[in-house]
Amino acid sequence: MRSMLLSITILLLPAGASALEVFACEPEWASLVSELAGDDANVTVATTAFQDPHRLQAKPSLIAAIRKADLVICTGADLEIGWLPLLLRRGGNPEIFMASEFVRKLEVPQVINRSQGDIHPQGNPHVHLDPRNIRRVAAALAERLAEMDANNATYYNARLADFQARWSDALVAWDQRAMSLAGLEVASHHRSFSYLANWLGLDIVATIESKPGIPPSGAQLAALLESLSGNPPVVVVRTPYENEKPSLWLTERLSVPAIRLPYTISGNAAVTDLFTLFDETLRILEEYR
Amino acid sequence: MRITSVVVALLLIGTHMPVVHAQDLADEVAELRALLTEVQQDYEARISDLEIRLAKAEQLASGAKREATEAFDIAEQTAIDQSAGTSAANTFNPALGAVLSGLYSDNDGFELGEAEINLKADVDDRFFGNLTFAIGEEGGEGVVELEEAWLQTTSLPGGVTLRGGRFFSGAGYLNEFHVHVDDFVDRPLPYQAFYDGRYKVDGLQARWVARTSMLFELGAEASTSGETLLANVGGDIGVSNSWQVGMSWVKTDPDALIGDGELALVDFVWKWAPNGNSGQRSFKLQGEYFSSEESGWYLQGVWQFLPQWRAGLRHDTVEAADRDSLMLDWSPSEYSRLRLQYTNDRVLAETDDQWFLQYIMSLGAHGAHQF
Repeated sequence: MRSMLLSITILLLPAGASALEVFACEPEWASLVSELAGDDANVTVATTAFQDPHRLQAKPSLIAAIRKADLVICTGADLEIGWLPLLLRRGGNPEIFMASEFVRKLEVPQVINRSQGDIHPQGNPHVHLDPRNIRRVAAALAERLAEMDANNATYYNARLADFQARWSDALVAWDQRAMSLAGLEVASHHRSFSYLANWLGLDIVATIESKPGIPPSGAQLAALLESLSGNPPVVVVRTPYENEKPSLWLTERLSVPAIRLPYTISGNAAVTDLFTLFDETLRILEEYR
Repeated sequence: MRITSVVVALLLIGTHMPVVHAQDLADEVAELRALLTEVQQDYEARISDLEIRLAKAEQLASGAKREATEAFDIAEQTAIDQSAGTSAANTFNPALGAVLSGLYSDNDGFELGEAEINLKADVDDRFFGNLTFAIGEEGGEGVVELEEAWLQTTSLPGGVTLRGGRFFSGAGYLNEFHVHVDDFVDRPLPYQAFYDGRYKVDGLQARWVARTSMLFELGAEASTSGETLLANVGGDIGVSNSWQVGMSWVKTDPDALIGDGELALVDFVWKWAPNGNSGQRSFKLQGEYFSSEESGWYLQGVWQFLPQWRAGLRHDTVEAADRDSLMLDWSPSEYSRLRLQYTNDRVLAETDDQWFLQYIMSLGAHGAHQF
């Protein structure tokens, strides 16, 4: 009922004359902008679920896209350090919103040295896979949208309230389902699922990359196989953009499944927004509990 | 207790009614009334006491809830602050990076490449600054060369950026790249012939990016070396392909680097990666054509066939001189690269086979690379 009333309120509120142009680095933030701004924002997204957000290039189409943007929304915590600063220097001067600034980061390294691999001094940047973080980022983003486009502040606040209400309901259901997944032993390719594991209570027993961002060597894989063969994880997970070969090599020998989790919007056909992202992720994991 | 006595009294009234006298009855009624009033007052007092206690409890509970919420907010904010790192006197130091390189060739033996040191940072909310110097040796003497020292605007409206100082001219695709990101040990022949490796100018550059869905960019430079005009267009084809085509015109002092003082360039680059994900496999094809009194061009392709391995082939020519080069490089991470290159050099009358081994290592801050 509450949500219906809000929906009606939203329909009645004016959506403003000119739409905000938003450049989102990753699909999850593009989806969040659509939830909060609806038709009031034209969103361009720089990466797909099949592109590694660490390794994108500052390609011409993105220079053109950022040139048009009023607002850039990205993860931050150096995830886009290899391409975003250059786009910003070439294309214009939009407002910048970094989602990771509004959540508590996991795995903040104590030793900052490249011998540890491609580490992120500010902590693990894959923050969006904890739905509680989405809630925090949504609140901060709506505030920013309302500041930028003050005429439509009521509209953004109403959409935020509507989103938060639906998100809270979904979260209750997800938390319920999460109970059966607590303690599930998994291995992952990269530390892409740390926030998901932290939320669900998954036990990540190993990562295939012995150092983040550096592909494992044959010797490292063999050592990992040996250490896991006594007590293999239930399943080995990876994102759609990560190389499947090391996962497959390992799982064939351990006789456990290697699976691709959606990771972000369009990571598989069923994932069309943030809600279905978590629905699908849970559904897939529940097959292995 | 009191309830019981009232009930007993009422029972007594009931049983003894017929035998008691009128006076006694009146006394008893008065007594009972008084008793009832007392009971009523007592209960009212107790109820109001309970109400006060309830209100107090409610107050306490809401206070506790508020405190809990506050405590949670503080805890969360602290966690967020702490996870953001700490501040120190050197927090505002510019990003500092160094590149070390060295080369072994079968002709010249070991040759230490220039060590390149780069500093960059936002100056304030309007300017960005970049400084690069190269430390090398010439004839046994240490030489420090100022490679780049420029400032760029960051907040001009309308897609305009201005850059001033010493910078690599935008004329030519490869010209703006630092040598350490080149795909071959040496620059292609037209770069060596027309630009002496690179065209570095002291002056002012203005660029404008149009507000279109495809990249359309115009630029102009005025410098102590002359004038330059440039234009770039680029975009994507599907998710897997990206391209860029550029044209430039350079006018400079005839005694300076270039042919008769006027040079026209056309360049293109095409990049492919499955699903646009260049982590595992990718291909890049690039070429440039230089036209002045003389002309030259090169065409090169680089194939990343494994995450850390790439192979490349290049043909470069200026007038009658030409070469073919083949390279294989291995990059354990994005900060290190080892390269083997073979060049069949036909620049001089006699064909020369050259072999090179090269290392390029990047320390510290390593900025984003342009497309």
